[in-house]
Amino acid sequence: MNDLLRISGLTVRLPLDGEMRTVLSDVSLSIAAGEAVGLVGESGSGKSMTARSIVRLLPPGALVEGTIRYRGNDVPSLRGQRLRDLRSSVSMVFQDPRAHINPVRTVGDFLTEALRVNQRVARREAEGRAVRVLDEVGVADGPRRLRQYPHELSGGLLQRVMIAAALLTEPHLLLADEPTTALDVTTQAEVMAILDELRRERGLAMLFITHDLELAAAVCDRTAVMYAGRVMEIRASALLHDHALHPYTAALAAARPSLERRAERLVTTPGRPLSAFEAPDGCPFSTRCPHVRQRCHDERPDLRPLDGGQVACVRAEELAVSHD
Amino acid sequence: MTAITALLGSSRPNRWGPLGTTAAIVILAAVALSVLGPALSSADPNASDFASAYAAPGAGHPLGYDGQGRDLLARLLTGSRTSLLGPLWVVALSMAAGTIIAIAAAWVGGWLDSVVSAALDVVFAFPGVLLAMLVAAVFGPGLSAAVLALSVAYVPYIARLLRSAALAERRKAYVQALEVQGLGAVAICLRHLVPNLIPLIAAQATLFFGYAMVDLAIVSYFGLGVQPPDADWGVMVAGGQSGVLQGYPAESLLAGGCIVVLVVAFNVLGERLSDGSGQGGTFGPSRWWRPRRGGAA
Repeated sequence: MNDLLRISGLTVRLPLDGEMRTVLSDVSLSIAAGEAVGLVGESGSGKSMTARSIVRLLPPGALVEGTIRYRGNDVPSLRGQRLRDLRSSVSMVFQDPRAHINPVRTVGDFLTEALRVNQRVARREAEGRAVRVLDEVGVADGPRRLRQYPHELSGGLLQRVMIAAALLTEPHLLLADEPTTALDVTTQAEVMAILDELRRERGLAMLFITHDLELAAAVCDRTAVMYAGRVMEIRASALLHDHALHPYTAALAAARPSLERRAERLVTTPGRPLSAFEAPDGCPFSTRCPHVRQRCHDERPDLRPLDGGQVACVRAEELAVSHD
Repeated sequence: MTAITALLGSSRPNRWGPLGTTAAIVILAAVALSVLGPALSSADPNASDFASAYAAPGAGHPLGYDGQGRDLLARLLTGSRTSLLGPLWVVALSMAAGTIIAIAAAWVGGWLDSVVSAALDVVFAFPGVLLAMLVAAVFGPGLSAAVLALSVAYVPYIARLLRSAALAERRKAYVQALEVQGLGAVAICLRHLVPNLIPLIAAQATLFFGYAMVDLAIVSYFGLGVQPPDADWGVMVAGGQSGVLQGYPAESLLAGGCIVVLVVAFNVLGERLSDGSGQGGTFGPSRWWRPRRGGAA
């Protein structure tokens, strides 16, 4: 196995309102070294929870079943120094950089802290490395930026700082949790380009979480679609986008407004997205699926290999035929 | 203590307003006087000369003498050292213990948090002065016993407030981001949590300095704190009582006045600091001059 990360049968329950509620159900996913995998889905579908499980950043009281193996280590059982080692090797870029950086410390403190505390790098050398990485992510005038405070930087700049911080520890896996969602549309493209380029240069594996199916297709080798805490479909990004196998993926793709065709109304999927604990016994999408049959209510479809990817829909073959 | 207030003051002194600035100046002046003590009065504070008992102020003795013929100014100045150092120790010990307990409880959570909260509630039941007197009765009178007892009695007030502040801070996204960077709990607490709680800690320390000063004076007044012939202001208030009856109220009034002025100064400054600390309200034992705020506690 050359998988860097292998998640199988991951189920996470959280204590909410006094009862244990399932937020992730039987999630299986693997990322090879240097591979970029997209994780797409609506809000509350469990994308962030999956990423947070990998670095053990779950709320207190969370119950985790299934296995997460990172470079052969069983993540849920890591403690102390070995957990810190894992976290040094897996970097995370968060959605809202302003909330994720201590506002009363300088950018330089933020960038060099992990190096100085964990790897005992001298301050001068750590700052030199920080300036170089800042330059790579397109932040000029590094030495001055290091002395500034987060509030002095724009959101786009701050997100580049966060990407720089994520790259500084030379990780093997990057978890990017909607890294461009909180940014201006114009800076989104720049930040995305930087992230993609640096990742490829360094041969870094990435789990890229986004709402944007097209963005995932552009950046990622494979894309996984999540719904109600479950993975519905994983395929090579290009295939997934153009020839969706799962009705939910197709619905997501159809809902995306296009520049090429003129639409009177935006296409919507009836109903509202369900949380994992609300999902019916059968297929979780059965309440909203236009192709639903009795079978869908009776049995919960597992992910199964089909057409170079995996899909969790009992009617995938016949639907794919009818598309063509 | 004053180092902290001076440090905080250097950045934005104006937010304290005229009253807060005055309070800070009063405190700094008191510290300067107690440090410079011997230089300001050549008299020996413990040498009695019964011939000059209750003698009026004169050359070299600007405040006159007490009932045992000791120079009042010299005793006030030496007494100020004990009266300032005692509360300083109380504040330092209770702040250190309270901060450590609060952050450990907030960070680890779960059973440790429950045990700590229950233990704090138990200590809450003992008023500081009573505990100090109890300790003095068991282990013999003395300043260190009173200081230790008061420190223990103040820990719950400090730990409870800091725990809730640390819990709020711990849930913030930047702390999680630091965890993901692979930083250990101790590193995050020491490098981020404590520094970000410093404004609150400083405000509480200033307020509790005033409380500790009154409580230590009470203990000394009852003869369970500093032992004669050493002086502190509480001892002097007690020692001057017979003089009050004989028409020489100077000793009690001067020592009591010093306590009142400094306690008010510390309270005013503590309130100003906590207003600026970004944490709503302050929290401490209710006092007749400062009733507990309704609902805030």
